[in-house]
Amino acid sequence: MTGASVTAFEKGKTRVFGRSVSRIEDLPLVTGRGRYVADLDFPRQIHMRVVRSEEAHGRIVAIRLDAARAVPGVVAVWTHADIAGLPPIDFRDPAAEALKPYRQPLLAKGVVRYVGEPVAVVLAESPYVAEDAAELVAVEVEALPPLLDAAAPPAAFAPGLSTEALELSQEYGDVAAAFREAHCIVEAELSIGRHSGVPMECRGAIGRYDAAYDVLELWGAAKVPHRNREALARFFGRPSSSVQLHECHVGGGFGIRGELYPEDFLVCAASMRLGCPVKWIEDRREHLIAANHSRQQHHRVRAAVDAEGRILALEDAIFLDQGAYVRTHGARVLDLTLAMLPGPYRVPAFRAVGHFRLTNKTPAATYRAPGRYEGTFVRERLLDAIAARLGLDGVAIRRRNLIASNEMPYARQLTANGHPIILDSGDYAGLLRAALEAFGWEETEARLRERRAAGEFVGAGLSFFLEKSGQGPSDSALVSVDSGGFVEVVTGGASLGQGFETAMAQICAETLGVDYRRVRVVHGQTDRIRFGIGAHASRATVMTGGAVHAAASEVRRKALAQASVLLQAPADELDIVEGRVVRRDAPMGASISLGELSRASGPGRDGAGNGMPGLYSESWFHTEGMAFPYGVHIAVVRVDRATGQVAVERYFVATDVGRAVNPMMVEGQIAGGVVQGLGGALYEEFRYDAAGQPLSATFAAYLMPTMREAPKVEVLIAEDAPSPNNPLGIKGVGEGGCTGAGAAIASAIDAAIGRPGAVTALPATPERVLSLLEAARR
Amino acid sequence: MSQKLEVKLTVNGRDYVLSLEPRWTLADVLREHCGLTGTHLGCEHGVCGACTVMIDGQAVRSCLMFAVQAQGKAIVTVEGLAGPGGELHPLQQAFIDHHALQCGFCTPGFLMLAHATLLESPDIDDEALIDILASNLCRCTGYKNILAAVKTAAAVMKARRRQP
Repeated sequence: MTGASVTAFEKGKTRVFGRSVSRIEDLPLVTGRGRYVADLDFPRQIHMRVVRSEEAHGRIVAIRLDAARAVPGVVAVWTHADIAGLPPIDFRDPAAEALKPYRQPLLAKGVVRYVGEPVAVVLAESPYVAEDAAELVAVEVEALPPLLDAAAPPAAFAPGLSTEALELSQEYGDVAAAFREAHCIVEAELSIGRHSGVPMECRGAIGRYDAAYDVLELWGAAKVPHRNREALARFFGRPSSSVQLHECHVGGGFGIRGELYPEDFLVCAASMRLGCPVKWIEDRREHLIAANHSRQQHHRVRAAVDAEGRILALEDAIFLDQGAYVRTHGARVLDLTLAMLPGPYRVPAFRAVGHFRLTNKTPAATYRAPGRYEGTFVRERLLDAIAARLGLDGVAIRRRNLIASNEMPYARQLTANGHPIILDSGDYAGLLRAALEAFGWEETEARLRERRAAGEFVGAGLSFFLEKSGQGPSDSALVSVDSGGFVEVVTGGASLGQGFETAMAQICAETLGVDYRRVRVVHGQTDRIRFGIGAHASRATVMTGGAVHAAASEVRRKALAQASVLLQAPADELDIVEGRVVRRDAPMGASISLGELSRASGPGRDGAGNGMPGLYSESWFHTEGMAFPYGVHIAVVRVDRATGQVAVERYFVATDVGRAVNPMMVEGQIAGGVVQGLGGALYEEFRYDAAGQPLSATFAAYLMPTMREAPKVEVLIAEDAPSPNNPLGIKGVGEGGCTGAGAAIASAIDAAIGRPGAVTALPATPERVLSLLEAARR
Repeated sequence: MSQKLEVKLTVNGRDYVLSLEPRWTLADVLREHCGLTGTHLGCEHGVCGACTVMIDGQAVRSCLMFAVQAQGKAIVTVEGLAGPGGELHPLQQAFIDHHALQCGFCTPGFLMLAHATLLESPDIDDEALIDILASNLCRCTGYKNILAAVKTAAAVMKARRRQP
C-alpha cells in the first residue's frame, strides 16, 4: 500500500515542507550564545555537590559530616536522615506494583547498591567549595557481596525480595507444535553490552523556589518537561500549576537526558528548604556512573524453521541487567524488547520471557532505539544462523520471511507499552531491493570475495530493522500571528538538538503560507502550554507536528475567511503566499498581509466577531495507531588479523520515513544514529571488575567513536509508504540509524573472518575479535 | 590555595583584570568570570575537546590549563570568531550550511580546533585533517558533516586570501 493520497502536502508541490532548509536553531549555537543549563545563573544561587558511594554493595555503618560542615562557605550537608520524609522516585507512567520496592531513594537509605549512588549532598557558596567539602564526607560501609551477572541465579535484594523484580512474557500461536514439526531448530546465545547515550553535555539542574508566588521552578529540564512537571508535583504534593519546568539548550538527549534523577529532586528540595536557587552541574565521571546506563541483555533464542527457511516460531529467554534500582521507566525497555523482537518478519508463533533483574551496577533505562537495538541484533543474528544452517544467503532468508506490502496493515498480536502493534504501512521487500541496488550489493560482494581470496579479512553484513514511532495518543499546539505578521508556535515538545524548531517551523510555514524563518517555536516551557508530549521515542515530529499542522490549518482557515470579506472573493479562491493573502487567479493583484488581518481581528476590533479574536488557534492531534519506520543497514568491515581491530570501510542505510520534513535533518539523524550504533557494536562498554568497581569512568576508558572511526554514512531516504496514521504521512527518524547497527556489524565481521555466527556478543572489541580468530585457527 | 592573585587575561582582544585563585581552570574563569559561556565543559579531563580555545594561535583545552597560566597570552574563544559587525566566520557559516551541528554543545570546540588548524595549515590534506578533528568528540552528527564543513571553510578562506 502506498498511502500517498492520505498526506496533506502533495509531493513536489511544497514550498518548504520536504526541503533541506538550514536550521533556525544554528545561529546562537555557532556563535557561543547558546544557553545550556550550566550557562545559567540566578542571583544568590548556591551549588550542590553529590557524595557518591564508592562501594558496589554494602551496609552504611556511619557517615561523618563534621569536617565538611566546618568548611567556610558550606551552607548545609544532607544525608538520607535529612530528607527522610521524601519518598523514593516514582515511575513516570503507571508500572507494575511489584516494581515499587525497587525504586531509588534520593539519597542511599541504609544500604548502598552501586558505585556512584548518591549518599550525601553538600550545598555551598561555590562549586569549588562544595567539591572540597564533599571530599571530607567520610562514608563507612560494611561491604556485602555484589551481584554483577543478570543471567546468574537471582539473590536477595532485601529480605523477602528477589533481585528478579519482574518476569514479563508475551506469546501467541502454537509454539510447541511449531517446534515439534519444524524442519530444523536453530539456536543462539547472544549478549549485548552495557552502554548508553552519553550526550556531550552532562546533566544539570537548577531548583528555584519563588516564595513570593509559591512557584517551584526546575531549570535544565529536557525530553518530557510536562510529564516531569506532573511527577514533581506528585512527589512534593504541590499543585502542578505551581511547578514550572524550563528547558534550556540541551546538549544531546538520546533517551537518558531529561529523565528525573535523584539530583533533580534534591535541587528542588534544597531550594525550597534553604530559600535560594540551587545549581547542580554533573561532571563526566559522575555522568558515566550515575546517569542511566542501558542495553545490557543476554538472550537464549531459538527458531523453528521449515526446509525453505521460513520461520515457524520464535522463542526467546531474555535476561535484562537493570542495575541497582528501577528508575522512571519501570520495565519499559524489557517490554519493548519483547514487543519488537519479531521485527519485519512473519512469525506465526511466538513466545518470549523476559527476566528483569537487579544487579549492583548503575541503574539502566532507555537509550535511542531501546529494546530494538538489542532485539534487532538478536533476531538478525538468528536469521543469519538460519541462513547458514540451510545454505541460503542472508538476502534470500530475509526476502522469504518479510511481511508483504499487501498484508498491511499487519496486526502483530503483541503489545508495546500496552498498545497493540499494528504495522501501519510498508513495502519491506521493495526497500530491500532498492537498498541492495543503491549500495551495489552484488558488485561489492564480488569485490570482497576477490579481496578475501587475496588474503584480506573483509566482509559485508546486512540487517533489516523495524522501528516504532509516533505513539500518541494526543498532543496540542498553539499557533498565533501577531500584528507584524510574525508567527509563534507554542508546543509542549522538546528540543534535544534534533532540529525540532526547524521541523515545526517548516510544517507551520507550509500550512500557513509564510516564510519559515518568521516562525518562532516555543518548546519545553510548562508555563506556556498546558500539555506536552515532549521528545522521546521518535514521536515529536509525528505528534507535535500533527498538532502544529492542525493549529496552523485553523489559523489559515480564519485568515482566509476574513480576507474573503476584505478582498471580496470566496475563501477557496484565495491563497497565502509569503504571509500575504492573494487571489489564486491574480497573485500580483490586491492582497492583504496576515499581520493586517491579525490587527483587524484583534480583541475589540470589528473583525473579531467570531468568538475567538485574533489569528490564533489551539488545536489537538489525536491518533490511535503508531507509525512504523523500517530500513536496511549494510556494513563493510575490514578485520586486522594481528590486533582484532575492526575498521568500517563503508556504511549504508536505506530507510522509509513516510515523508521527510527536512531531508538534510533526516540524514543527520540517520548518520548520527549509525555512529552511536557503531559505538555500541565495536567500542563502548561500561565494564566492572569483580568487586563491582566501574572501569569505564572516563572518556579514556569509555570509548566513543571519533571522526577517525566514523564511516561516511550513505543514506537512502525512501518515501514509499507514508503513514496513514497522521495527516502528513510522516514516521519518526530518531532511532532507525542506530537500530540496525549492531546486527549489521556482527554479520559483516562474520563474513570478514569467514565464520558464520561467530559474533555472539557486542561490543566486538579487538580482544573479543582476536579470540574469535584464535578459535578459528584451532 | 585559595589565596587570590591579580591576573590580566586578554580574551578576544579585550583585557579582563581579575582576582583569581591559582587553581581555577581557564575554562571556569572564561565562563564564570568573563561571562564567555560559549566555551563548554564536556569532560574536564582533556578528552572531548568541547572546551577548546585558541591561545597564541594554538588550539588548547581550557579545562586542562589554569587561568593564571594564560596571562600575557592572546586567548580567542568562539565568541571572538565572528567579525566585529557580527559577520560569521567562514567556519561558522559552513557549519550551518552543512548541518554540521545538532545539539551544538561540541560545536564551539570543533570551531576553535578547526580555526587554529586552518590558520597553521591552510592546505592541510584530508587524512591529516581527520586526524586532528578526531581529537574532539561529537555525539550527534556522525562527523561527516563536520568534515565537509571544515573543508568548505578552508576553501572559502583560501579563495579570500587569493583576492587582492
